[in-house]
Amino acid sequence: MPRRTMIEAIRDAMDVSMRRDDNVVVFGEDVGFFGGVFRCTQGLQAKYGKSRCFDAPINESGIVGSAIGMAAYGLKPCVEIQFADYMYPAYDQLTQEAARLRYRSNGDFTCPIVVRMPTGGGIFGGQTHSQSPEALFTHVSGLKTVVPSNPHDAKGLLIAAIEDPDPVIFLEPKRLYNGPFDGHHGRPVTPWSKHELGEVADGHYTVPLGKAAIRRAGSAVTVLAYGTMVYVAQAAAEETGIDAEIIDLRTLLPLDLDTIVASVKKTGRCVIVHEATLTSGFGAELSALVQENCFYHLQAPVARVAGWDTPYPHAQEWDYFPGPARVGRALVETMEA
Amino acid sequence: MADAGMLRFHVPEPEVRPGGAPDFSNVTLAPAGSVPRPDIDVDPRTIRDMAFSIIRVLNRDGEAVGPWAGLLSSEELLEGLRHMMTLRTFDARMQMAQRQGKTSFYMQHLGEEAVSCAFRKALEPGDMNFPTYRQAGLLIADGYPMVTMMNQIYSNEADPLKGRQLPIMYSSKEHGFFSISGNLATQYIQAVGWAMASAISNDSKIAAAWIGDGSTAESDFHSALVFASTYKAPVVLNVVNNQWAISTFQGIARGGSGTFAARGLGFGIPSLRVDGNDYLAVHAVAKWAAERARSNLGPTLVEYVTYRAGAHSSSDDPSAYRPKTESDAWPLGDPVMRLKNHLIQLGVWSDERHAQAEAEILDTVIAAQKEAESHGTLHAGGKPSTREMFEGVFAEMPAHLRRQRQQAGV
Repeated sequence: MPRRTMIEAIRDAMDVSMRRDDNVVVFGEDVGFFGGVFRCTQGLQAKYGKSRCFDAPINESGIVGSAIGMAAYGLKPCVEIQFADYMYPAYDQLTQEAARLRYRSNGDFTCPIVVRMPTGGGIFGGQTHSQSPEALFTHVSGLKTVVPSNPHDAKGLLIAAIEDPDPVIFLEPKRLYNGPFDGHHGRPVTPWSKHELGEVADGHYTVPLGKAAIRRAGSAVTVLAYGTMVYVAQAAAEETGIDAEIIDLRTLLPLDLDTIVASVKKTGRCVIVHEATLTSGFGAELSALVQENCFYHLQAPVARVAGWDTPYPHAQEWDYFPGPARVGRALVETMEA
Repeated sequence: MADAGMLRFHVPEPEVRPGGAPDFSNVTLAPAGSVPRPDIDVDPRTIRDMAFSIIRVLNRDGEAVGPWAGLLSSEELLEGLRHMMTLRTFDARMQMAQRQGKTSFYMQHLGEEAVSCAFRKALEPGDMNFPTYRQAGLLIADGYPMVTMMNQIYSNEADPLKGRQLPIMYSSKEHGFFSISGNLATQYIQAVGWAMASAISNDSKIAAAWIGDGSTAESDFHSALVFASTYKAPVVLNVVNNQWAISTFQGIARGGSGTFAARGLGFGIPSLRVDGNDYLAVHAVAKWAAERARSNLGPTLVEYVTYRAGAHSSSDDPSAYRPKTESDAWPLGDPVMRLKNHLIQLGVWSDERHAQAEAEILDTVIAAQKEAESHGTLHAGGKPSTREMFEGVFAEMPAHLRRQRQQAGV
């Protein structure tokens, strides 16, 4: 099976989808001729023409708003917001228009769009190229939110998202575009070409939305993570020697609560890890759900490890970003509680 | 340079406030028939002055004059009159129903009936409007059942939108009427996207975007102009300038110079102003713009100069911010009366037939209202099931919503 980077896998997902369905169109800032600033759409315009893959004005609300109109017509737009940090001008269109169109029209009009956006830090992007806004989407009725952690999932989840009849926010951890990450910024990164999760099948396949994956089986504590933090959690488990079960959520909404509950009931402990700021982050929702569903099985308080409640700093990003040491401390404290 | 160093903050104000004498001396009217009708493939640069003039067809004597006249038969004009009269009667009954507590909210079209009723007749089946809350004439003129409109207003058990939307926020894909959003201007760029999709699909359908004068200040209005001009989208970009955005006069959104139509000039979009109270002029300009769009010539921006004679909504009191008699002083008159006078002038209508038509239409609207009320009103009779509240958030209900529906006991 060929190995691809996450960028190549995402591009392959769009390629497969555009080949299978003439209604799939791809556009966004720099997406056409240039192939996107991260090259996720490279070659698609040459292959499918300018009416299927094209550059958009620098106008995020316009990109999402026009995509909604296209979807109402019958196309399936897969659009790119260049960085998740830039989605705020489009937030109204995403949350009050795309999310509600099916509901408010009782299915008369629907909105099968995918909005891709690179998310998270770890590339020295500073405050406006590093944000993790997933909680801003999971709070909204009518949106699905996906965060892949590896090339195989990225391709399968993106194809599933494009084929989904509802609007999907597809958050791509840019720290994982070219290789996995173990949280140690000083160490060389293993490229996806040397990692088994870089194996991406050719052709069409899907990874269903709403299904989590158990990345590491264990019996002592459950770690809930997604995106880049899956690898940080794995490093922490290995470095502490704690028998942690690591669940990669993959889809935040709809959430695979059954897998989470089964694991926490088995281990009796839970640590939640995410990169976004702590307060009112998605970890708060996860913590509440674990408490509501697993209270009588818990042997320790649910712990959260997250980004600090500050804007994302440039020079101090490795102090902001949860690393194996912080996650490891949470694991030890949870085991000792 | 006398005041150098001492800056003054400028806030535009309307000519008059309550208690003052209405003053529309700032509305410059071109004589009916005086504005030329260019070919649809005209170079936009050569018609820049049309963004400042006003296209009018009906003159003071009720005659249709000039190059924009002659597109509609007497039968079509009689049908148009009936549509406007129906919308006005419908409005009056629903406004009263709101006062009687049968619904929470209503928005009238009084004085603006020609804009949506005439525009609809310039479109083809399959075209799509992205309307605001004051274009119900698009539905009336397309034969959408009044009973269904009322069911939506009453949020009753027959409401096609299951009680999820504010009254008057209709939706009908079949009748080319996109679901209305409460957030202003969002639909403007969506209309452009729909039109882009039609072009991408090598279809022949066009879109029409609608916005009020006040909402042109929203970013999405400008987004739509950027996208429409960039991709030459087959869309008619309509701006209904009815002078008032709730209590805010049009000068706040427009600023002290130019017109709303003139905003299209910087984008290279042909931009026209039309007498919004002149059914014939509205139809002629709509037809011209629709033909441009359908001929791959791209977008047209049309400003309809009209006046909101009624309140903004059933929650509004216009006497608090404008003279009570201001609508009577509006120099472009009443659209229903003007078309009526034209038809009388043509010899195909009379005061007697008009009175008879008014009575017939009232009977029809009352009959529709009785039928709608048999399905319930907002606070009485049948209403959509609470179970419906959980349906349709997604195509397939996810587990967390199923759990919540079970908790709600439905």
